[in-house]
Amino acid sequence: MIDAENIVYSIGGQRILANVYATFKPGEVTAILGPNGAGKSTLLKCLTGALKPDEGRVLLAGKDLKHFSLTELSRKRAVLSQANPISFPFTAHEIVVMGRNPYSLEKTTASNAEIADEALNLVDARHLRDRSYPTLSGGEQQRVQFARVLSQIWEQEGACLFLDEPTSALDLRHQHQLMDLVQKLAAEKKLTVIIVMHDLNLAYHCTDRCFFIREGWIRGGGTSKDLITADTIAEIFDLPMKYAAMRFGMDLAG
Amino acid sequence: MSLNDRAAGAPFSFRKMKISVFPLLGLLLLVVALISASIGAVSIPLSEIVSGSLTDQQMAVLNSIRLPRVLLAVIVGGALALSGAAMQGLFRNPLADPGLIGIATSAALAVAIVIVLVGPIAGYLGLYALSVAAFAGALVACFVIFRFARLTGTFSVTYMLLTGIAINALSGAGVGFLTYLSDDQQLRTLTFWTMGSLGGALWISVIVAATIIIPSAVILVRNARELNVLLLGESEARYLGVEVERLKRTIVICTALSVGAAISVSGIIGFVGLVVPHLVRLTLGPDHRLLIPASAFLGAILLLIADTFARTVVAPAEMPVGILTSMIGGPFFLWLLVKQYSGRFGL
Repeated sequence: MIDAENIVYSIGGQRILANVYATFKPGEVTAILGPNGAGKSTLLKCLTGALKPDEGRVLLAGKDLKHFSLTELSRKRAVLSQANPISFPFTAHEIVVMGRNPYSLEKTTASNAEIADEALNLVDARHLRDRSYPTLSGGEQQRVQFARVLSQIWEQEGACLFLDEPTSALDLRHQHQLMDLVQKLAAEKKLTVIIVMHDLNLAYHCTDRCFFIREGWIRGGGTSKDLITADTIAEIFDLPMKYAAMRFGMDLAG
Repeated sequence: MSLNDRAAGAPFSFRKMKISVFPLLGLLLLVVALISASIGAVSIPLSEIVSGSLTDQQMAVLNSIRLPRVLLAVIVGGALALSGAAMQGLFRNPLADPGLIGIATSAALAVAIVIVLVGPIAGYLGLYALSVAAFAGALVACFVIFRFARLTGTFSVTYMLLTGIAINALSGAGVGFLTYLSDDQQLRTLTFWTMGSLGGALWISVIVAATIIIPSAVILVRNARELNVLLLGESEARYLGVEVERLKRTIVICTALSVGAAISVSGIIGFVGLVVPHLVRLTLGPDHRLLIPASAFLGAILLLIADTFARTVVAPAEMPVGILTSMIGGPFFLWLLVKQYSGRFGL
């Protein structure tokens, strides 16, 4: 459960987020959609605690993010950022085990390694286990990072999962696999899942709710099936109606 | 590992053996140390060291010349290699080396300032003063590099290397100016710093270096797991519960202390900090929990071998070991670059 209350964030006098209110519920997958530079990633960083908003506050399960220690937070929420290059030849498995860092003192090395293996299985990357991470393709790296993020909140009920464009480098099959997995985990483990994404079709079919951001203002919060229509797309993305209808009308009509 | 595995392309890997390399490295270090102690102007055969049947003269040479020198090579080599490994992790770049990014030269500048402007200080106090000066110089360089590398918002390797070049040039100019100002005695001492030599080994320098380097090394090893996580990126590490600012501060201070202490007793010895972690990574992988201690062992072994050559090859004269390590390290580094490039494109 995440509540954003009146978040304001500016960089160098320019307002990136303006009075954002939003609620994200456990067990649901929520998409954050909007054009480039609208403030999607900034909002995500405010919600994870990586950025401190100028005004307003973010509540995690009713408690202000400011009152959590880093260790507490690391067991309650996991974040998949956009591509982050690693220049050292760690194996995929070693990368995933790093996701177990919050539990390195209380759990045995063997059990953490086992969880990492299971996480790799879930994202269809078991065969990459002993490969050197820098030699993997972009999509493979993205799946390995996703496994790391999953292993971080492996045994937690009701944790939060933040994903910043998690499917950007994935092929079609893996895009759907990842979204199916996210939906399944959200339901089973009561995860609050928040995804920044660009693929409106995927958002329409695979998320429960969505918010639109444009120029720092947030709208929406209803179900994705209701909100993602040719009309809203034309408006939010400044797209002439004929393109919105052409690209999304058919698909979304049904 | 059978021949079949090799033929099938499975790379031979020490990685699975993990911890078991340490007894091996320890044994190797002991053997090299014994051999090094036995070689020199006065011959002290290995069999006599082991059996303890030494003449008084041999005993005196061993005690006051060979032993401190061997121990100093071990400590300095270990310190340079392990701080190289830690610094490469901190900067998230395998090219970071105390010499390459200006940390060694700015430590040398601080030492030169003490030698030329403050003048001679006797005994322990003098050595500690030089260590503190070298440490301060190294710390300032680390700090400046860090600040500049972050100017762009993210941690930029380009900025780090460019800043390093600028610091190298500035410190080099500073050392040059101080050399110009110095008298004959100071000039001799300064030259000894910039070329790097273990010729001045005394028990005092061993003790001073060890009391600074060993605690720093222990702290670095204890932070190795979090240093691994830091390689994912600073914000990722923070998401995983790592107190990034504290970790970075700890690593900068410990590496600056080790490098400073090593430089203050030996001068600038190049390439150990760069090449040794590379070698270890090739065989053991990048995990800092193994990399840092294994680099310390291998650095100690290699510098000890290099120093044994340096003091015997042109006997009775002596070659500065810094020249030797750079002569071997330079071509080796080029070879590593070629190998990395061809590896990446599968050639």
